[in-house]
Formats: sequence, C-alpha cells, structure tokens
Amino acid sequence: MYNAGTYDVIVVGAGHAGCEAVLAAARMGCKTLLITLNLDSIALMPCNPAIGGTAKGHLVREVDALGGQMGINIDKTYIQSRMLNTAKGPAVHSLRAQADKKKYQFTMKHTLELEENVTIKEDEVVELDVKENKIVGLKTRNGAYYECKAAVITTGTYLRSRIIIGEVNYSGGPNGLFPANELSKSLLDLGVALRRFKTGTPARINRRTIDFSKMVIQPGDEVVTPFSFMSDNIEREQIPCYLTYTTEETKKIIQENMHRSPLYTGVIEGIGPRYCPSIEDKVMRFPDKEKHQIFVEPEGEDTEEMYIQGMSSSLPEDVQIKMYRSMIGLENCEISRTAYAIEYDCIDPTQLDRSLELKKIQGLFFAGQINGSSGYEEAAAQGIIAGINAALKCKNKEPFILDRSDAYIGVLIDDLVTKGTNEPYRMMTSRSEYRLLLRQDNADARLTPRGYEIGLVTEERYKRYLEKRETIEKEIERMKTTRVSPTEEVLAFLEKNNSAEIKSGITLYELIKRPELGYFILAEIDKERKPLRREICEAVEIEIKYEGYIEKQLQQVRQFKKMEERKIPKDLDYNEINGLRLEAKQKLSQIKPDNIGQASRISGVSPADISVLLIHLEQLRRKKGE
Amino acid sequence: MIIDDTIAAISTAIGEGGIGIVRMTGEDSLNILNKVFRSYKNKDTMNMKSYTLRYGHIVNPETDEIIDEVIVSYMKAPNTYTREDVVEINCHGGMVAVKRILATLLNNGARLAEPGEFTKRAFLNGRIDLSQAEAVIDLIRAKTDESMKIALEQTKGKLSTKIKHLMDKLLKMLAHIEAAVDFPEDDIEDVVSKSVINDGKEIVTEIEGLIKNAETGKLLREGLNTAIVGKPNVGKSSLLNALLEEARAIVTDIPGTTRDVIEEYINIKGIPVKIVDTAGIRKTEDLVEKIGVEKSKEYIDIADLIIFMLDGSRELDNEDKEIIKMLENKRVIVVINKSDLPMVIDMDYIKNNLINHPIIYTSVNTEEGVEQIEDKIVELFFKGDVTVKDVYITNVRHKDILTKALESINKGIETLSSGFPIDCASIDLKDAYLKLGEITGDTVADDIIDKIFTEFCIGK
Ligand SMILES: Nc1nc2c(ncn2[C@@H]2O[C@H](COP(=O)(O)OP(=O)(O)OP(=O)(O)O)[C@@H](O)[C@H]2O)c(=O)[nH]1
Ligand SMILES: [Mg+2]
Repeated sequence: MYNAGTYDVIVVGAGHAGCEAVLAAARMGCKTLLITLNLDSIALMPCNPAIGGTAKGHLVREVDALGGQMGINIDKTYIQSRMLNTAKGPAVHSLRAQADKKKYQFTMKHTLELEENVTIKEDEVVELDVKENKIVGLKTRNGAYYECKAAVITTGTYLRSRIIIGEVNYSGGPNGLFPANELSKSLLDLGVALRRFKTGTPARINRRTIDFSKMVIQPGDEVVTPFSFMSDNIEREQIPCYLTYTTEETKKIIQENMHRSPLYTGVIEGIGPRYCPSIEDKVMRFPDKEKHQIFVEPEGEDTEEMYIQGMSSSLPEDVQIKMYRSMIGLENCEISRTAYAIEYDCIDPTQLDRSLELKKIQGLFFAGQINGSSGYEEAAAQGIIAGINAALKCKNKEPFILDRSDAYIGVLIDDLVTKGTNEPYRMMTSRSEYRLLLRQDNADARLTPRGYEIGLVTEERYKRYLEKRETIEKEIERMKTTRVSPTEEVLAFLEKNNSAEIKSGITLYELIKRPELGYFILAEIDKERKPLRREICEAVEIEIKYEGYIEKQLQQVRQFKKMEERKIPKDLDYNEINGLRLEAKQKLSQIKPDNIGQASRISGVSPADISVLLIHLEQLRRKKGE
Repeated sequence: MIIDDTIAAISTAIGEGGIGIVRMTGEDSLNILNKVFRSYKNKDTMNMKSYTLRYGHIVNPETDEIIDEVIVSYMKAPNTYTREDVVEINCHGGMVAVKRILATLLNNGARLAEPGEFTKRAFLNGRIDLSQAEAVIDLIRAKTDESMKIALEQTKGKLSTKIKHLMDKLLKMLAHIEAAVDFPEDDIEDVVSKSVINDGKEIVTEIEGLIKNAETGKLLREGLNTAIVGKPNVGKSSLLNALLEEARAIVTDIPGTTRDVIEEYINIKGIPVKIVDTAGIRKTEDLVEKIGVEKSKEYIDIADLIIFMLDGSRELDNEDKEIIKMLENKRVIVVINKSDLPMVIDMDYIKNNLINHPIIYTSVNTEEGVEQIEDKIVELFFKGDVTVKDVYITNVRHKDILTKALESINKGIETLSSGFPIDCASIDLKDAYLKLGEITGDTVADDIIDKIFTEFCIGK
C-alpha cells in the first residue's frame, strides 16, 4: 500500500452516473479522480442503444440545463432521433435518440480526458477509509491509497454481480466485464444496508442474418431536435429501426421451456423491474396476448450487431436460439451475444439524504444504479447531483437540492430517498405531480440559472439561455399586443381552419388559445413575424396555449413550497415527541426528513402525525426564543 | 396537506341548543363570507369592521336561494382565537341549518377543518401558551382517532362500496391514459379523447347521484344499523313506534303481526340510526312469515347493534333460547319488556347466557325505559366520548369531497371536449381520484403505476 495522492473528490465507477459526477465536480473547480475497472467501458451502454424516451428524455434535458454532458454527448453520436408523444400534449413530448454505442463511449472518454481537473485511473476500489463518520480515503486493488475530502460511489450493476443464462450462472459483470467483488464487503462493514436487484438484456443479432423485408421500418424524424440546449444543426444521415413481432411458436417454445427458467428454478433471488420484464415474464403474465411487438435497433455505424428490444430473457442459450428464430424476419438469425439476466448489490436509498450523501458517513455520496434505480438517464441525473454536492461539501457550502416542483431529477431523488423502492426505479411522467411545469422544452428555464449560481453552468450557456428567454418573452408580448381585424383575409383564414368568426379586432394571443389554432398556423395572418428558432416558437405556443393549466399547477406548487419551507432540524429526536405513533416515530427517525413536506410523503406517517410534528417544532422554536 | 388556507367547521354540537355557530378562519374568510352573505340593509360585507355583528341571510350565490337567517361576526387578525381572520355565523340551531351553511362555505372556497385544526392554528400562530402544547397534541390525537373510528364505521357501508367502485373505474381510465403517455411505443391501444369523455360522463352521473342522495339525507342513512329482534308478540313493533314517536308499525296482540321487515331512520340524540323491526323469530309454516323470519336472521348477521327483546311477563321458552344462541359475538342490548306486568322470566338464565350485555327493563306501553335504550345506543357505539357533531361532519365531508371530485372530472371532460390534449385532462382526473381516496382513506399514491403494470404488458 502506498500513498498515491490527495484529491478533493474521487468518483468510483465511470458509467453514466460517474461521468456526470466527475465532470460536475471538476467543472466546479475540484481536483477530481475517476477510478474505473476498465477504461474502455467508460459510458458503456450495456443494454439498449438509446438515450431518452418518456420522462428519461426530460432527465437528459435537465442534466444538460445544469451543465452536464449526456445531452451534448448524444447529440454528437446519435444515429437516429425521434420526438415521441407529439400528439399527446406538451408535458409528455419526449425526445429519444438511438446512439452509436462505441462512438458514444469514446466521445465521453475523450471529453473526460480533456477535462482540466480530471484524472482517470484504471483500477478497482476495494475498501473505503472512514474516520469519525467521515470519508478520508480509499484503497485500490493495485495497492494505492488515495486521500479525499469526498467520494461518489457509482458502481452501477457491478457489485458482486452474477450473470444468469438458464442453468448457467457465474460471477461476472455486464457485457463480459469483470464484477467488483470487494467493495460490497467494505460497505457492509461500514454499516450500509445492501439488497439484491436484477435486470436483464436481450440478445444481439448480426444484421446480415435478418430479413428486414418482413418488418416495418421506423425512420427517424425529418427535423431533428437536439437534446442539448447548446447544440445547433446536428442534422445527419439517420439509420432506421425496425418493428417485428413474436409468433404463436415463440409463445409455445417459452411455455414448453419455462421449467428451465432460473425464475422458476429459484436461481434468481433479486427483484427485477416491472417495466422491463423478460419475454418469458410477459408470456406467462399475459397468456392471452397472441404476439408481442419487438423493435430491432442498430447498435452503431461500425457494427452489424442489432439490439432486439423486448426480448430480454434468462432462458438457456439453446432455448433462446429457437425462440429468437421463431420471430418474424428472424428465422435464420445468428445470435452474437446471448441474452442474460444480471443480479447485483445495491443500497437501500433511504439511507441517503436528498443531496445523495449517506446520512451516517460525511462526504460519502452514492449515485446511479447502486441506489436502486435503472436506466442511463436516471443514473446521469443522480450523478450530476452527487458530483455537485461532493464539490459543495469540499467547499463547505450548503447542498444543492432540487425539489419535486423544480425538476424530474427532484422527483427521482425524493422518491428514492423518501419512499425507497422495491424494484429498479424507472422515471415515468406519471410520477410527477407538476408535469405541465416540468416540460422538456423549459428545462433550461427551470435549471440553467440554478446551475449558473453554483458555478457549473458556463458563461456561454448562461448567455445563450438569457437571450433565448428574452426572445420568447418579447414574442409573447408581441402576440399580446398584435391585433387582427375581421378583414376578408382573416375571416377566410378562420373559416379555413374551422375557427369561429370574429366580429371585431382580436389579439393573436387570444387566437393562439383557440384549440384549433396555434402559433405556427397563425404565421399566415401575422404579417410582422420574423423567423425565430423552432424551439422558441414552440415555447411561445406552449406558454400561451396552456397558460391556464400552467397557472393552476403554479398555484399547487406554491402550496407545496410552504410545506417544503418548514425545515426540520436533522438532530430531532422523534422518540421524544409525545403523540407520534410508534410507526411514525420509527419511519421519521430512519428517513430524517429535511422538512415537513418530505415528512408527509413518508409512508406510514399520517396527517395527524404531521400536525403533532408541527406543534412540536413550534414548541422548540418558542423554547429557543425564550 | 395545506397549512394556511381558509378552513370552516361547525362549532356547536348539532341538535343541541337553540342556535348553531359555523366558524371560519384564514385569510379568505371575509372574501368567502362576502360571496354567501346578504346583509339586511345591503351593506358591503368587505367593509365590515373588526368585532362587529351584522344581520342578514346566507344565500347560495349561484341561485340566490336563501339558506338561513343569520347574524355574522367578523374578527380581524391578529386579535382572534387563531390569530388569523375569523368569521362566525350564528344561525338557527338544529342540524339542517348549520350543515347547509357549512356546505355553502365549502362550495365557495373554504376547506373543511381537520379535527382540532382551529386549536392547532391557534397554537402554531402563537395564540396558545407553550405550556399547553401537550394538551393540543392530545386533542389532535384524540379527535383524529375518534373521527377515524367514525369514518371507519361509515365506510363499511354502501357509500364506500360505491366510491370504491367509482375509484376503480377512474383508476382504470387513468392507468390507460398514463400507460399510453408513458409507453408510447408499447402496443397499448391509443386512448381516444372521446372514450375518456364518455367514461368520464358515466362517472359524473354516478357522483351526481351520490351527491343528490347526500342532499336528501340518504347518505346520512348509512346510520348505525340496529335490529330489534325477539320472538313474536314481545313488543318489538311497539318499541319501534316509541322510538319513532309515531305509529309506524302495526301493533296487535296477535303473535306474528309483523311479517316483513320494516326499516326506519331515526335520530337518537343526534346519531343517525337505521332501526329495523323484524318479524318475530319462531318456527313457522306460513310462507310469508317464513321469509320474514329468514330475513330477521340475516339482519342479526349484518346489524351493528341488536336490541334483543324478551317478554318479562312470560316464561323463557325454546324460541327465546334459540335466539340467544344466534346472538353470540354480537353487540346486544337486552330489553326485558312489559315490566308493568308481573315478572316471571328466568333472569338467571339470561344473565348467564348473555354475559356482558347490558340489560334494560322497559314497559314500552308506558314508555318507561325507552330513553334508557336510547342512551345505551349512544353510549355503546361511542362510549359517550364522541360528540354528535362529528358523525354529521363525516357526512358533510363526504359531500364536500364528492363535490370537489365532480368538479375535477367535469374540468377534465371540458378540457378534452375543447380539444386540449389528454395529459392536461389526466391532471384533473388524477385530482378526482385522489380526492375520492380521502373518503375511503385508502393510500393511493402508487395505485396508478401499479395498475399500469397489472393491466398492460409493457416493457422492453
Ligand atoms: N302490557 C304491556 N303490553 C305490551 C307492552 N309492549 C307491547 N305490548 C303489547 O304486546 C302486543 C304485541 O306487541 P307488538 O309490538 O306487536 O309485538 P311484536 O314483537 O312486534 O310482535 P310480532 O310482530 O308479532 O312479532 C301488543 O298487544 C302490545 O300492545 C308493554 O310494555 N306492556
Ligand atoms: Mg311486530
């Protein structure tokens, strides 16, 4: 063991959480070290070759608005892009892009290598050094000891991971990589409670062995919307995806071989995600469904491997071959990588604060799949927050906390640390109470000023944001003041669009509010309109059209904030409070909520308990005053 | 949970005393009063001075219908009980007036106060001495537990079954919308605004029905289910009539007079009681009477409380003993009737076989002991520590919640009808769902997500 140097922040693991964590801390001026098992697996996408989707796309936008990297990285390396849900309302418009997996990784790796305050090391962390409930350093397999002020653990699915394929199972990480078998023990020794989760991935198939003529082609959008608020003109040639289906035969093969599934033989003990079931799960749970839809997605430009979305499985390899070949267009397919299930250690996230710091060890942060979440985007979102807070810790500053009304990131973290999770947690728009406010189009308005305040957002980004905001506001103002009169042209326009006739002058603003009209259509009668960037036009339309709904949600947020502003001291002894029920005492002592709002979201804490708590806090306040 | 909105509550026990008081506290108190109060001399309510009274009427602002003649008082913050603005409305006593006034306030922006909430605010705003903090906590705890108990009693009834059914429907709709929104690429049948509107309208009709029932008092009629049982001719129908203070049931000296089951709703010291006069239980060959007897046995099963009546002037016989067997594990008040006649009944047998059940001696003919039965009913269910008010409040609360849920669904329908996208409407529908959950007290936070995964085959 030798002393290998001192850092402000050390990040353990270089997946999507680790990359954001280390970049955030470095960009905030900390001397950082990134340690990972294998440098060629930085920003690895071991499962689907895509970034974004419903709610996840929102997270990417938010990470970007704070000054993170994921959005920029995917804009540079996407091979197909689509805005989903465009018919369903602005709150749920969601961006999703297919990535060139290798380019995504290497672009991120290169960004890290170029970043001024980042040092990267290939090694395995085997032990954390904690003194007086504070992290002071860590030891690696190569015999190095690194000193640090804060550490962020982002080990993903690597802790004591096991790969399971039917009767076969062995110790191993995702994508044929090594697991990290030592760190779990160190965490247990420090009193961190661990649990076992499970996830899985489908097979990869060589494109040359697929008959695409039997499938439905899925092209990308004609006009591509970038993820990053910093990207312009990212148009490039796109590679399509394909849609196909399982058959009756697939179902039969699965049913006949279920006895060989590790789910049934009891080999798998971890809890898997409900939204990402294996194909055998789907067939068993919905036996009446004749066919299941399957997407075939490219893994990159320089590979023939295709990802078979919807077909994750832990059945034995011989069954998998039969099963995949029973699908339409895959009759002669060759599997290059077999589908597998993976089991791994993660922590119970209720042990964390909303800053993602472990409650009982100062300076030790956790982010990503180790916290019981799933998905690259969920990981990145936690990563950036953990990185920011590790940096703030080094600077002795208050933690940076986003609440449920600020961002999906806030919803994600609040859910994890307040309610915990019984399965790998995936972000969904349904989880947010204020989704009309937390849109993907306004993530910059919500978060860029906050990121600027803490020194993560660059001047360039901040200026760009201010300009955009100003343009939007000016244009909205112009809509409010520009009137059209019932001229022949205007009346003809209204009639053409099935919109009620006007008798006297009316503002464009009022016309936009009509459901059958909108900002874009009005161009025809809006003579003074100057060309504006598409994202600006969209913002103008949404902010005018949905004003009423937005205002209603803002009102709810004001009520919400009142509860969030009632702080609870961290050292409050709940057992001392008369009138709290036992269950409430236990839960509150465990979670140690920051404020009354958070306390009220803990399951097992009733409104009456909250009243008692409020009285008690008032009592404390007055005693202090005396 | 909201901590500083405007709340309202009835502050006198219902049915007691000549006047009722409805009290309101919070920033919006005067505003809300302004909407619903018409002063006698058409004075502007907004100009009301602190600590003054005004005479006038509470009206329904939508219809201008007069609800009651009242005297209102206004006390401006901070010199009030809660240190917030307070409005008090003094109206005619009796539960109808106060309830309607409270409902009017709730429809115009006030929220029904939680148990002990006035006192809680008084404390949080520094009005109550620190030394009394514990007492305030005890009060909140006790009041909450009490009203929980009542709410539970009531939610066992028909109302909660209906609400659960409505919630299921809403949940299904919501899960479908949310699944389609959150998993646009899974093959979930697309949600069409039209079908959501139709389903929504169905729910609206059902809620409107429930609210109408609440208005005509049927909701209240979820009262304590009390069955009078006993063998023929012991005086059951006579007791029903005495409790009702009218001759509802036919009384004759012929055993087997009551052949069917008679249900009536009465108000015993403010507690709504559904009282059921049953056919006397005995072995019979008469078909009509037989059905009645069968029903009586059923009533024993479902009743919350049984008044078991015996004729004290007759010997105990097998019929009585058969009934005693049916009463195991039930809440029973034993009534020995006809105490005006010489007692011949074997009281030792009764006491040994109906252990721990209260025994009351009555002569229904002379009304002796009838009031004792009434007192016992009140005492048994509420152990005497529940004020009558709370029972009604639960009903006002239900109606308030139903009204607000209805409003939300209507808004959702309106949103969709005017061409706005589905995710705007789902906010309103979710609101309605959460509201209804407050009646049944079920936790609903993760219901929608759970439902999505059980109903739809989702996933990559
Ligand atoms: N002396 C006396 N007679 C009573 C008393 N209560 C009821 N009776 C008489 O008993 C007879 C039967 O009374 P009901 O009330 O019809 O009895 P019931 O239990 O409803 O009888 P069924 O309907 O036949 O089962 C009537 O003649 C009543 O007047 C009482 O307290 N004292
Ligand atoms: Mg009778």
